[in-house]
Amino acid sequence: MSLELRGITKAFGSLTVNDSIDLKVEAGQIHAILGENGAGKSTLMNIVYGLLKADSGEIFVDGKIQNISEPSDALSAGIGMVHQHFMLIPVFTVAENIVLGHEKIGKFGVLDIESAREAIIRVSKDFGFSVDPDAIVETLPVGIQQKVEIIRALIYEAKVLILDEPTAVLTPQETDELLKTMQELKSKGTAIIFITHKLREVREVADQITIIRRGKVVGLVSPDTSEGELASLMVGREVDLAPEKHKHEIGNPILIAKNLSVRDAMGTEVVKRINFELRAGEVLAVAGVQGNGQSELARAIVNLEDHIEGSLLLDGKEIRGLSIYDSLHAGIAFIPESRELDGLVGSFSIAENLILDLHDQAPYAKGINLSVQVVSEQAEKRVKEFDIRLQSVSDAVSTLSGGNKQKVVIARELSRPIKVLVASQPTRGLDVGSIEFVHERILSERDAGRGVILFSTELEEVLALADRIAVMYRGEIIEIVDSKVSKEELGLLMAGVVKSKAGS
Amino acid sequence: MSEIRTSVEKRRIRGIGVLSIFSAASFIYFGLLNSASEKTTFGFVLDNEWVIMKEWVISSASGSRIFSTLAILASISAILAYRKKIAVTIPASVATFGIFMSFLTWIAAGKFIPLTGLLQGALLLAVPLVFGSMSGLICERSGVINIAIEGQLLASAFVSGVVASLTHKSIWGLIAAPIAGAAISFLLATFAIKFSVDQVILGFVINVLVIGLTNFLYKKLLIPYQSTWNTAPTFEHIKIPILSKIPIIGPILFSQSIVVYLMYVIVAGITFALYKTKWGLRTRAIGEHPTAADTVGIDVNRMRFKNVLIAGLVAGVGGAYFTVGSVGSFGKEMTAGAGFIALAALIFGKWSPIGALMAALLFGFADNLQSTLTIIGVSIPSEFMLMVPYIATIIAVTGLVGRVRAPAADGIPYLRGGAH
Repeated sequence: MSLELRGITKAFGSLTVNDSIDLKVEAGQIHAILGENGAGKSTLMNIVYGLLKADSGEIFVDGKIQNISEPSDALSAGIGMVHQHFMLIPVFTVAENIVLGHEKIGKFGVLDIESAREAIIRVSKDFGFSVDPDAIVETLPVGIQQKVEIIRALIYEAKVLILDEPTAVLTPQETDELLKTMQELKSKGTAIIFITHKLREVREVADQITIIRRGKVVGLVSPDTSEGELASLMVGREVDLAPEKHKHEIGNPILIAKNLSVRDAMGTEVVKRINFELRAGEVLAVAGVQGNGQSELARAIVNLEDHIEGSLLLDGKEIRGLSIYDSLHAGIAFIPESRELDGLVGSFSIAENLILDLHDQAPYAKGINLSVQVVSEQAEKRVKEFDIRLQSVSDAVSTLSGGNKQKVVIARELSRPIKVLVASQPTRGLDVGSIEFVHERILSERDAGRGVILFSTELEEVLALADRIAVMYRGEIIEIVDSKVSKEELGLLMAGVVKSKAGS
Repeated sequence: MSEIRTSVEKRRIRGIGVLSIFSAASFIYFGLLNSASEKTTFGFVLDNEWVIMKEWVISSASGSRIFSTLAILASISAILAYRKKIAVTIPASVATFGIFMSFLTWIAAGKFIPLTGLLQGALLLAVPLVFGSMSGLICERSGVINIAIEGQLLASAFVSGVVASLTHKSIWGLIAAPIAGAAISFLLATFAIKFSVDQVILGFVINVLVIGLTNFLYKKLLIPYQSTWNTAPTFEHIKIPILSKIPIIGPILFSQSIVVYLMYVIVAGITFALYKTKWGLRTRAIGEHPTAADTVGIDVNRMRFKNVLIAGLVAGVGGAYFTVGSVGSFGKEMTAGAGFIALAALIFGKWSPIGALMAALLFGFADNLQSTLTIIGVSIPSEFMLMVPYIATIIAVTGLVGRVRAPAADGIPYLRGGAH
């Protein structure tokens, strides 16, 4: 089956998000759509899937024009979609989720779940998935949840499968598995539309790549195109993919963790007696598969966790047990994992978000008053310095794109006198242009003699930025290695395989 | 490493602890410190059912001791069951029963307690609560908050009373009531779903509107022309052959008006439909994650609209109970907050039909206990007795009920493509 889009145009108000887009996918082909966040990829796919209505343009299935105005039209035309935010009911079982919308009725009007269970088991077997049809979806890891979505599309015989940013939520291992599954589907004749902004993945699996920038198709290229070329097509200018790391002197230890442990609310030890020394002027990357205690360790450094044991010395002073406020003002900058949840107050203005940490201090505060004038003047300065793209500093921060939100967080955190920068997944969900900016900022802090501790699940990022790499596995730092380590070795370490112990 | 307890375990331990303390306290206070020499009489017979025992007479002090000993033993076995990781539901229920009976034997020293009458009255007081909570359940499981249960009950009570008066047939009142309930639902659905009005505020406004409207009509129409407009006939009680003869439960459950039988059917029907049918699966889906339901081809807002109307029909039957189901004529604001208690029962029952039914029965029971004890004239002031249902609720919620979680999309209007 083939799918063709001709001249799809869609505008929200005065903003044209899709500008006469053409696209063609054939059976047994993986067609990647590459573009930055906000380029209009998801909008385009929501149009194909019937969730949004195009202002103009046509959709052809097997050469015949197809009117798709509801998701049910897309489904019956053989188009399936795995959404970026999973479309599964968290409290339902896998089987219930798969039945939903395609219910079969048995005796006395009773819902037939059994045949869906069998179908799930059959498809799981075909693709080597291990999915329990009776598991409650919210208890499953995201990688498995995604497989449930794929299984659903397969059971209902999708001939065209749209994957919307499927790797954004996956660990490196899960990503590799997904890419393998995609190849397998392709060999069985499924046409796949693969939406992403990650260059490596595209080059690995795609047969053709359509690049979209600001709602327009700017190129249809083959996967041999170099990463640099792809990136500059995507962003519209030259992009520095591997930031330059200047050699320089590394200073004295500035942050020392001794036997640091963190327990979660259930009492389980998620970080287990960790020891490390972070020196001034170095980037210490903490690598590991998500869920091995990195998030908790990052939060523990600013005392955001409730149950911390051991010792944490900042420039020789104990900071464990300080309030979060005191931790920040002792000289730690913190870029949290989730900027929406922990980094910003969505409904506050950009100017207000920029002084969340300093609102009670001069020059922003005068007695019990906040001097609005100074706040907005300072905001304008920061906006220029950090190249934050916005309409007005008094707009709510939630109106910004992901990259610009992250710039607001970084601008705020680096505006205090700091000794150590803690960056937790600082580029998660960002586009190439913003990633470049964040990397430059992190390295400039390093060059200015600050200690940087970077938590990242992206191997490329870790290798590009780090001076030393600490690998976390099941709550422990199992090895601290030099940044010249190979990707394969690092991958093995992240899976818990330690060289020195491998023989014994 | 010290023993780590999860929050569920902590709550269970707390629950068992509270039960044990209450058991011991009731043994001491109702049993040992009970100097009354009078006897307590429990009556078991209501009607002409087959009789095993007509009444049971026991000395107040020793009766209290027996029941509180039972409670203590049950508490101990609950502790043992918890240690062995076996379900504690049964011993916990027995302990609660023991504490309650010990209290009853103590308080009614020298008096006659119609035990079956107590239960029958509880059921009757619970009927409108059950219908109300089922209405709320259907709405909220679909993702629409229904604060307007009170309005639905009141409007349908009014309409069924008036229609039955005009036609001189109670059955026409029962038929008209659900239509009135659905009309209120139509208001709720139109504003909540079509115009995305805040559902809590909307519900309150609807209640105020219905109260105002019925008060006005009552004053201008029902009082001056009472003989035509407000003399509704009521339903006869239907005795189900054989079943109504069963001792104790027979007259309670199977010698009732048609409205009560309808309640059994509706609760069973909703339970079945919600968990076993296509309608139920879709209803639960649109209340949890409407976007996901939409992407598999379910028209979320259309289904929500339909379900809110169905909920109105259900509440309407409950409204009819106030007039043609019991007293006949309509009284000013006669629902007296039953809609809100129904809402509480829904939440207490964790948004499940059986849970809501149980909660409604508990509220009905506590309410009836209070009035029964006031009638037989016990020493405790009735104001204190009014607190009983709420104390029971607190114990149940802190100790016995698990985590309460509303449907995830409850009260959130669904707009497609809202993310952009």
